[in-house]
Order: sequence, then structure tokens, then C-alpha cells
Amino acid sequence: MSRLITITINDKPYQVEPNQTIMQAADKLGFHIPRLCYHPKLSIEGACRVCIVEVEGMKNYVASCAFPVSDGMKIRTNTQALRTARRDIIELILDNHPQDCHTCERDGNCELQRLAASMGIRARHFEGERKRYEKDLSSEAVIRDPEKCILCGRCVRMCSEIQQVHNLTQAHRGFHTVVMPAYNMPMGESVCTACGQCINVCPTAAFLEKNYTQELFEKLNDPNLVKVVQFAPSVRAAIGEAFGLEPGLNMEGQLIASLRKLGFDYVFDTQFAADLTIMEEASEFLERLQSGGVLPMITSCSSAWMKCLEQFYPDLIPNVSTCKSPMSMQGAVTKTYFAKKKKIDPRKILSVAVMCCTAKKYEAARPELMFDGMRGVDIVVTTREAAWMIKSAGIDLVNIQPEEPDHPLGISSGAGAIFGATGGVMEAAIRTAYELYTGETLVDIEVEAVRGLKGIKEGSIVMDGKEIRVAVAHGLGNACRLLERVRQDPSRYHFIEIMGCPGGCVGGGGQPYAQINSIPLDDENLRKRAQALYDLDKAKTIRRSHDNPDVQKLYKEFLQSPLSPVSHQYLHTHYKAKTPVGIIPRNERTLSGDSK
Amino acid sequence: MADKQYKLTFCDGSGCLKNHAREFRQLFEEELRRHQIQQNVQIHLSGCLGMCTKGPILIVNPGYILYGNLRSEDAPEIVQEHLINGKPVSRLIIQEDHLYNRFFRIFGDSEFFGRQMRIALRNCGVIDPEKIDDYLAMRGYEALAKVLTEMTPQQVIEEVKKSGLRGRGGAGFPTGLKWEYTAKQSDPEKYVICNADEGDPGAFMDRSAIEGDPHTVLEGMIIGGYAIGSRQGIIYIRAEYPLAVQRLKKAIEDARREGFLGERILGTDFSFDIRICLGAGAFVCGEETALIHSIEGARGMPRPRPPYPSVSGLFGKPTLINNVETWANIPVIIIDGADWFSRIGTATSKGTKVFALAGKVRNTGLVEVPMGTTLRDIIFGIGGGIPNGKKFKAVQTGGPSGGCLPEKYLDTQIDYESLAKAGSIMGSGGMIVIDEDSCMVRMARFFVEFTQDESCGKCTPCREGTKRMLEILTRITRGQGKPGDIEKLERLGTMIQKASLCGLGQSAPNPVLSTIRNFREEYEEHIHQKKCRAHECTALLSFVVQDNCVGCGACKRVCPVNAVSGNRKEKHSINPNLCIKCGQCYDACKFNAIAKV
Repeated sequence: MSRLITITINDKPYQVEPNQTIMQAADKLGFHIPRLCYHPKLSIEGACRVCIVEVEGMKNYVASCAFPVSDGMKIRTNTQALRTARRDIIELILDNHPQDCHTCERDGNCELQRLAASMGIRARHFEGERKRYEKDLSSEAVIRDPEKCILCGRCVRMCSEIQQVHNLTQAHRGFHTVVMPAYNMPMGESVCTACGQCINVCPTAAFLEKNYTQELFEKLNDPNLVKVVQFAPSVRAAIGEAFGLEPGLNMEGQLIASLRKLGFDYVFDTQFAADLTIMEEASEFLERLQSGGVLPMITSCSSAWMKCLEQFYPDLIPNVSTCKSPMSMQGAVTKTYFAKKKKIDPRKILSVAVMCCTAKKYEAARPELMFDGMRGVDIVVTTREAAWMIKSAGIDLVNIQPEEPDHPLGISSGAGAIFGATGGVMEAAIRTAYELYTGETLVDIEVEAVRGLKGIKEGSIVMDGKEIRVAVAHGLGNACRLLERVRQDPSRYHFIEIMGCPGGCVGGGGQPYAQINSIPLDDENLRKRAQALYDLDKAKTIRRSHDNPDVQKLYKEFLQSPLSPVSHQYLHTHYKAKTPVGIIPRNERTLSGDSK
Repeated sequence: MADKQYKLTFCDGSGCLKNHAREFRQLFEEELRRHQIQQNVQIHLSGCLGMCTKGPILIVNPGYILYGNLRSEDAPEIVQEHLINGKPVSRLIIQEDHLYNRFFRIFGDSEFFGRQMRIALRNCGVIDPEKIDDYLAMRGYEALAKVLTEMTPQQVIEEVKKSGLRGRGGAGFPTGLKWEYTAKQSDPEKYVICNADEGDPGAFMDRSAIEGDPHTVLEGMIIGGYAIGSRQGIIYIRAEYPLAVQRLKKAIEDARREGFLGERILGTDFSFDIRICLGAGAFVCGEETALIHSIEGARGMPRPRPPYPSVSGLFGKPTLINNVETWANIPVIIIDGADWFSRIGTATSKGTKVFALAGKVRNTGLVEVPMGTTLRDIIFGIGGGIPNGKKFKAVQTGGPSGGCLPEKYLDTQIDYESLAKAGSIMGSGGMIVIDEDSCMVRMARFFVEFTQDESCGKCTPCREGTKRMLEILTRITRGQGKPGDIEKLERLGTMIQKASLCGLGQSAPNPVLSTIRNFREEYEEHIHQKKCRAHECTALLSFVVQDNCVGCGACKRVCPVNAVSGNRKEKHSINPNLCIKCGQCYDACKFNAIAKV
């Protein structure tokens, strides 16, 4: 219990904890000091200078996000001089920013816009040259627009500190400072894993997902196509936020109804394919376990994680499950099993996926996932894009009557639902693997050890006397840390789940932007979204993937059995090592400027 | 005749003779013969030196070692220790012999050097910087030996604190305090850094110090390492100084070989080594946290402080970082004593400062003077005043981060506080003299162009603000100034000073704000009358043919746009609408008949 200290804010004394910054103390007291580059999960940057305050005895203003409180400190947050300085600083940012709010994707949902409005900037005093850059549209998933960048450095810190991919950095100096991959190479050629976390933390539209809404609207109006859509578990848990609802509401039924109104002929559920994935993956795991195959086995449904592995841990490729992701499995059975059943030419099927994920756009384009000359999924749109389309079409998602998904690829178990939360895939796999292996029903199917937001979680389960050690990591940084453990001691775990995004898929790069009273990647929001899925699991009568009757039917009618040749042809894939470009591998880095 | 290794001068004046000087000399010569080195030594006699109470006097060169109070038994010791072993006998050297005296003795009679007090630069120009023996002969590494054998780390810190030495890089933080903070940290892994980035354009104090006397920096750093408990020193030096880098490498090699660097220095338990890290062309890397990031392999961008490097610096460890000139003062403080050192300078700023005197002044170069010397003494005394009969206009101190001080500040006694009070800064010691032919607006623009170019780009006020200041200043110098521009510059400048993340941004507006404060009329003339009284801003100039034109036609021939008209032997004229102000006619006219107005 540390002694409280006294600080004065705007002439009033307050008792606060020591060992915190002025901003942290002020936030707790209800003084919201405006800010741009600060984020509680990222290192302190002190770059935007918007959060400046006056501290008595200091000649210059200090950044409240960085300056620690001390006993007796006298702080002013809102003097006229400070307001003018802050106003001028925001204006300087606006003066080097495109003036196209009305046609910008983040119009109405942009932190810079909100800050400028709160500063009351009514005139421009310092306008001059504005920076000009080409947009980088090279990536399938994440596009860069350096003209919109305000150089807050959040993306750099997110990509380096939390994701540990280190793709982005500030380059050059002065007016020519710009955030970019090494050597300004196109994002599509860089080590970017397409996780989209940069989009999540970006306060403006400097990073956006590659937008397919126009193309999708066109195709939805094409009478020659059979329009089929699937949507991820995490989408239903978060799309309400894009409509102003509080986080954690499960909008599954309303989303299905809205998608139908949008023009889709069949609305399926990725959760169905999640059950299918569990069938294949649990079987694959048990086969490795029983026949001395490569262990630990690592899940493969996170596409950002797969690119990260292929680039930085190619030696562990044999460990990865050969299963495709649920989205890709769904795409495959849609254009084979479903097409045959309904006697539709698969080439006439428009297979669309609404995903919480930006990397799924990259995944859908991977050539290894093609079969019979077709892509499993033709268009991937994020939760944000889908929300915009629904609004643009005038559909009232909030109040629409909920509907059920279509057969035969629409029903799901509770295990499929929890795929969106970190630990969910592992939990679902355990539920099925246990019963396949022991022949007994697993009674405690809620595996607490793998739930929650701890970066790396460990657990174990005993199957027929054999202890199976599992580990779960979310966020690529934690994934890398976990893999270093595996490299050191491959026998430490048997089965590993990795999700590339902090919080798991519920925190994906395609999820709705933080609402006005929140911040990106807020832990509470992530918990609430995950809880919606856990509640959905609880509410279902079928909670184990192998109990899904439509999945059983799929095997009976088409796939025959897990890991059969047919399953391998359509539901499994392979991976290839990729040389990272423009980045020094970790073990080759030395100190700079070393003069021998 | 081959050069002798030593030249000895025995005082042969009456006072010394009374003190048995000749007997002493005879004994001395016998010793030389006994050791068979008489052919290495050249002996002179001199008349009375005037230091009669301390006779007999013997002066040994090189090194201008002044021995006094000599007795016959001292002769063998001097011959053995000094002439043969190369180690001057300290106890016999007369006390007025401070380290800086040697330079003064050699060069003190010149107008330029006579008024200087060369402490940091005491060996520059005196020794061969690539010979460690020369440094040793000037009592080099004696301070280190004293520190390691006679002083505790705490005592060393107390001595540096007592001296009043303040950081010479520009910020002027009390050096002893910084050492104390770093020493207090309990982490066993600590670093010592020398900031040799010297990014100020026109500054070459650090370069000269390293090129001329690299060992003093090493010695200072090793003493610093001992004081704070560090084993590793790093010299961060800009890559644009290849000769200085080469001299440093040689010095480090030699120091290692002689046992001043490495394991168990001079046989004690203290081990310390130094490595060199090259800069890569960024002015901002002279800022301490940006420098540290650069050494770590990251982008050279500063970070907010606290935490200060003394608590968390290189690789998160307590780090002591000081400027080259600061380090160069340390051996002097140890040998000549903090008491003596603190008697030089003013009440708040002790010791000397090296200034790089440049611009419109007769004697440009490095000037090291005690703090408290007036600007007038430096510019007109040592500098020799303004050449070509021009009038002094201003002096710019502190490099691109400093302000321009007009005539009324010439009697300012230079120290950290007085310069800040006058609206400028000490900075690293740049001092540029400006005469009536320089435009203050153009000068401000020049410096802002530099800082905008070098701004690391991290924080908004510096990255965007200096760009906007530059745009306004450029417009003004092009005759496109608007009413309200001065107020905008003041508003921007004040905000950038107070809101920027690091010293680069915080001081970037200084040239602008100080010229506006002291030379506002020039700004107003540029904006409202489109006039540049120094005739430097070409867009505001008119080239006008005067009455003494003889009509030779030289200007007409060189004009690239046919703006000159006139007949032979008649006064020519220039059409202002066509004139592009290239100045060719002005250069071509042999009769000074074209005026820039």
C-alpha cells in the first residue's frame, strides 16, 4: 500500500497514488486531457504534444502522458495559453492533411476530426505546402494512405511492440517524415502479416482495409450469380457496436436477416465450418499423438499468424495443422458439397465471407487454397464493410426481426461459437478430442484454463491417463514468445492454439472502430465480445462439434470421414517458407555504427 | 646537426648563481655523461628569468617543464626519471605550473592566443596527437593515476561538484550532479558516453579537441567510469569526422597497450574499455536520448524525460553522457584542483569555454576564454574586430539554436545565465559575427531551414511548426510578406519553444524570435516596404545605374534578359520589370556605377 501524495490540478488539491503519470492520475480524477498518440497498451511516445500541461517550475509544457506526478506538483490543464497551443498543434496537423472529410471512410468516426472539433478550430493560420504520397494498394488486406497519417506512431508501436512483426517505421526527417515498410516497399511485398491491428489503432484513415463493398454491391445485383455468404463468430459479437449498441451484444439473428435483405440467397454460418475444422483438426491431432507424428501441433486458422510463421518460424512448418481455416473450409464445401446438392454450377456461386479479420482477404487469395480452378471464397469483407453496406442499403439491423441461418451449412454447436475468443479453438478441440480418444463424454466442457486475456495461457487435460499439455497465445508477439519456448523444448506442449490478434478474433483487424467513449483494443470490450460468444455456447443444446447433425450429414454424404482423401483434397492445405524482405532476422541483429 | 631529444635551459642569472646554479649544472652534466646521453641533450644558458626566490631554475623542453628550488641530489632524479624514463618529476615542478600554462608559454605572445586561457585545448597544437608519449609528457594520465590510487569514486565526484563544471554541450547541467545521480543508481551495469556528434553547422570545437588531443577525452571518460561504477565507455562521433575517428582509434589502441584501458588498469581492480560508435548524418542524434537510441540500433528519435539517462539510458541502464569539452576538462580539475578551477569564470559558470568564432571578424577560429569574458573582448579584442571598415550588427551565439544579439549586448559577460537572459544561449559555443551587410531575416530563415531539415519528425510542433515558420520567412525574403506574418511567427515560435519534445524543437525558434525582438524594423521593412536594408534579399533589390556611368556597355553585354538599355558613352538604364536580379551587371561594372538599392 503506497503512501498517497498530494498534487494540485487547476488550483484544487487531490490525493493520488505516486508512480503514475499526470495523465493517468487526471483520468482517474475525471479530467480528460486531450490526446492523440497515447495508448495505454503501447509504450509512451510523447509525440503528438496534444496532451501538454503546465507544471509549475517547468519552463516548458510537459506531455502529461509521460511526466510522472510527484508530491506537491502544481498542474494546470486548461489555461488560455495551453488551449491556444493545443489548438495550434491540431491545426498544424490539419494543415498537412487532406481536406476531404466528406469522402473519407472515417468521416464521423475519426479521432482527428473529433479532436479538431473539440478544439474549436474555425480558421487556418498556418496553411502551406501539404505532403503528397501515392496510396499503397498493393496488399490484399491493408491499404496505406500516408497523406492521412498524422505520425502518431501508434501503428509502428503496435506492429513492433505487441505484434513484434516490426514491419513499419518512421523514415526520413522533417516535413518528409513518413511511416512505411522498409525501403518504402509495397505493403504486399513486405513482412506485413495483414493482421490489421494498425487499422485498429490508427486514429485516422491512414490505414484501412482493402474495400470490396462496391464490387460486392455490383455482384449482389447480378441475377446470374447464386450469392452465398458466411460470417464469423466474432462478427455477430461486435457488429452491434457499429450501429451504436453497447459491446457484447450477440446480433446473430439480426445479421442473418440483414444479409438476406442485402440480397444474399443463402446465409450460412462460419461456425458450422468451425465444427468441421474441429472434426478434422482433432482427428489430425490424435493421429499425430498416436502414431508419433510431429508435436506440438499448432492451429492454423489465423491467417496473419500463418504468414508470420512462414516468414519467421519456417522450421516449425511441420508442426502446423494442415487444416484450412473454417472460412476456407466453408468456401470449399460450399462450392462442392452444397453446389452438388442444389445442382448449382459452382462457377456461378459468389462465395462471400464477412470476417472480423483483414488477413482473411489475404488468405482467400492464396493460390494453395484453390481447388478445381476456383477460390473457396471470392470476396471477404470485414465487419466494418458489412456494417457500412447494411446501413448504406437502408437496413435497420438494430430492430430487424432475427432470422435463422440456412441449411445445410448453417447450424453450429457451442464449440463452433467460441472460436472467436482466444482459447476458444483449443477448448472446442479438447471437447471433441477427448471424446474421440477416450470414448467418454467430457463433463466439464468449459475449460477455464484457456479462457481470458493473459498473453500466454497453459493448461493440461488427462485423457485415459495420458497428460496432454496445451498452450494458447493471442497477439503475434505472444505467439513468437511461445514459439521460442517450443524451439527450446519441443516436448513442453502437445497442442498449441495461436490467434494473431490481441484478444483473439474478437479483436480482429476488421472489427468496428472503438466508440467515442472508448479506445481501440480496450480489454473490457474484448472481454464483453468474448463473453457474448461464451454465453451463446451456454445457450445452445449442442455444444460439441461432433454432435452437429449437419456436420455428421456432410461426412456421411460427401467427405466420408475426417482425414479421408476427399477431406484432404478440399479441407487441407500446405505451407511454404517465405523469406522476409527488408528486415534483419532477430538473431543477426547487432548494434549500429559499430566501428571495428 | 640532428635534432636533440631534449633542450635544457639553465638559468645563469645572478640570483640563481647565488643559489649554486653552476654547481648544480655541473653535477647535472656529469649525470648526463654517466648515463651517456649527453649527445641527446642540448644545453642553453639564459639570463635572469626573474623568479629568483625559486632558483636554481631549469627549463626542460619539450613541454616547458619549469623546475625550481633545485638541489644537487635532484640532478640524478631528473636525468633518470625525466630525460631517460620520460616522466617529469612533479615534486620539483614549480607550483605556478598549471596544465594550461604550457600552451600559453609557447603561444601567449600572439594577439590571438595571448588573451585566451586554453584548458580544454591545452595540448592542441603542442603535442603530436598520435603519440601517447607526448600526452604523457604533458602529465597525461597522471590524473587517472591519482584518481585510481588516491581517491574514492565519491571523492572524485565531490571534486567535480566542487569545481562547478557545467556540461559544455549546451544545456549547462552541473556535471558533478549528473555524475552523482548516475553513481547513486544501484544497477551494476552502467555506461559512459562521450557525445562527439557536434552537429551545429560551423562548430568545430569538439573536432579540434579530438583531432588535437584525443587522450584527454579518453582519460576524462575513464575517470568518469571509475566515479560512477561503469566498465564500458562509448564515444559516439559523427562519421563526417574521419580524421578525428582515426586519431581516436589510434589513441584507444595506444591506451590499451600502455594499460590505461582494459582489464585492471594501472594494476588496480578497475577495468574500463572504450569503443567507438559512428553517427550517420543526423543533427538530432546530438540530443542525448536520440543518441542513445542510435547506439541501440534504433531510429535516432528523442523520447520524453523523465526517466533521465542517469537513471535509465543505454539499453535501459544508468548512463553518464557528457560532451567532448566537458570530458577534456576533467583531468585538469583533478590535477590542478577544483579550488583553482572554480576561481576561473563567474559565480554561476566556472572554468573556460571554447567558442568557434566565425563570420565577419578578422580573426576566426577557436577561442577559449574564461567564463565572464565579454562578447566585446572576444569579438574586438581577440577577434580583431570587423574587417573592411564595416559596422558590427549582431553576434549569433549557440548555433542554429541560438539568438542574435545586437550591439547593446556587447558588454554581456558570457555565462549560461547571462546569455539566456539576453535572449540567446551558450549552446556548444558557436559565435558568428554579423555586420551591416547581413540581412537578419535571411539569417533567421537560414537557421530554420536547417532545423526543419534536421527535425526528426516525431513531434508535431517541431516537424510541422518549423516548416510553417520556414514558409513564412521564405515568403518574406521573396517580397511576399503579408501583414500579420510577424505575429504568426511569434505565435508559432513561442508554441514550438514550449511544446516541443526535445531541445532541437525547443530552441529552433530562437533565431527567429530573437531577430524579431532585436531587429523588428528589418522584418517590417521587408513586409511593408518590400525593402532589405542589407541588400541581401535579391527579390527586394533594385539594380539602378548611377550618374557616374560612362556608357561602356559592359552591363548591357552580360545581361541575360536584355533588361539594360542605353547608347555608347551615355548613361545606361535597367528596366526593373525585366530585371531578374541575377547581379551580373553589378559584377561586370568596373566603375561601381550600378547600385543595389
